[in-house]
Amino acid sequence: MITREDVEHISWLASIKIEDEEKDKLVEQFNSILEYFHQLDEVDTENVQPTYRVVDLANIFREDEAFPSISLDQALQNAPRREDGYFKSPRIV
Amino acid sequence: MLAELRNRLRAESCEEHLLQLFERIEKSELNGFTTLARESALEGARQFDKNPGKGLLAGVPIAIKECISTKGIETNCSSRILRGYIPPYDAHVIERLKAEGAIIMGKTNMDEFAMGTSTETSCFGPTRNPWDKEYVPGGSSGGSAAVVAGGEAPCALGSDTGGSVRCPASFCGIVGLKPTYGLVSRYGLVAYANSLEQIGPLTHTVEDTALLMDVISGHDRRDSTSAEGERHSYLPGLHDGVAGLKIGIPREYFGEGVNKDVEKAVWDGIHTLDALGATWQEVSLPHTRYALAAYYVIAMSEASSNLARFDGLRYGLREGEDKDWHTTFSAIRAQGFGPEVKRRIILGTYALSAGYYGRYYLKALKVRTLIKEDFLRAFKDVDILASPTMPIPAFKIGERINDPLSLYMADVFTVPINLAGVPAISVPCGFSGRLPIGLQLMGPHFGESKVLRASAAFETATAFHEAKPEVI
Repeated sequence: MITREDVEHISWLASIKIEDEEKDKLVEQFNSILEYFHQLDEVDTENVQPTYRVVDLANIFREDEAFPSISLDQALQNAPRREDGYFKSPRIV
Repeated sequence: MLAELRNRLRAESCEEHLLQLFERIEKSELNGFTTLARESALEGARQFDKNPGKGLLAGVPIAIKECISTKGIETNCSSRILRGYIPPYDAHVIERLKAEGAIIMGKTNMDEFAMGTSTETSCFGPTRNPWDKEYVPGGSSGGSAAVVAGGEAPCALGSDTGGSVRCPASFCGIVGLKPTYGLVSRYGLVAYANSLEQIGPLTHTVEDTALLMDVISGHDRRDSTSAEGERHSYLPGLHDGVAGLKIGIPREYFGEGVNKDVEKAVWDGIHTLDALGATWQEVSLPHTRYALAAYYVIAMSEASSNLARFDGLRYGLREGEDKDWHTTFSAIRAQGFGPEVKRRIILGTYALSAGYYGRYYLKALKVRTLIKEDFLRAFKDVDILASPTMPIPAFKIGERINDPLSLYMADVFTVPINLAGVPAISVPCGFSGRLPIGLQLMGPHFGESKVLRASAAFETATAFHEAKPEVI
């Protein structure tokens, strides 16, 4: 069972602020969805390999050549806050 | 349809045709389009009228789902967090469409970040079903399906992560294809669950879908999961018929939970193919009942990672004064994402977190292997599989939106296909009252030709694709 504390912790990990009044509803919805997921426990997966990629592709290599890319202005054109050709982020430390 | 339209546009005026479509869209109650690229589209039409060119889609207008990047045209995934985002580049499929002379009309409504089955979770409000405006058009590519079915665009592109092209095609009575994973480049498609999704066409006819596949499929080195190999054309041989084709009927896709009208229409469809020279036999895909749970665990886990990039730094919503890093981003994401997107990100984060990874995510990936093997085994005995696309016809707007699990259940016959990575199409096969029903035909990896050939034979023998909703 997921608890209110779990919801607070996971939403912190996911970087999504949850208001107090939303928490009880989320606990209820998460528990009903997770209970549905638990039917996977019935499946015997001993000796079954996981499928990460459905088509057999691995280690795709290419020549190490430069190709044209977007300009600095284009890269910054959608940034809500920028300064001197940089994205402007909140304080990290 | 598109081939005729292409010829008609040469004889008449493309600009005039587009102006008529835009006029219809302005008056429309469907809420299918979110952004119109009126000026660039009309400019493209005027150039076509001067010099039509030889492109496969020269002068043909097309509508594009909100999650496919279009240079200079807002691309927001119907989410508040991406409002105002103007991509500086085109998705691979858009480059291909433009190279063949297609005209981008604008962007279409979708469930926020493609997470939904009804196009109700959009920040622009729900799209309405052209057959009955009280009903949902299906989702998540509901805007693309509704504008095609409603006569506002001759064709559209959507994306299909767990049924998001086929479900709205089924609910709106048109054709929709989810290609083999890797056949169409995902470069420029805003990722939701990247190991599952493909871009696919939504059209009135099977031939139109084949034509669009000829344009958008093929290798692209900018998508590391793009399949290598020669470009393939799906038009030659499309009308070769189904004589000798072996169709498998997966018994798990019928019976309990399937609406009676849907079941009857699909069986009528199978008998139609049988009368055209195909044969059918029952087959079993024994792990089908676990597909939905495996799908949602994988999709939510991938979503939690893919949507971590939306933090208001490089694009999108950024409101209020900056505080410390985590507080600022948590507040932006709380404001910018809707309830279903938050649910999926948070549950996905849980499924990937220390102590639960093995129980949920890794377990789901192993079940995915078993589901894929079910399909591979079935395709040793049969050429294609047939089933209902959706277990039910369209439901009413508002009917299921407050019960996430009941909405997830509607995807029961579409998600196994994405887990296995095989191609599947939905073609119109009947009505329940006035609401359309879709027949789903599935093929082996890169078996699009077989699927399209069977669909074309079915379409030629039936008239469901010719029915039009009253809005037209």
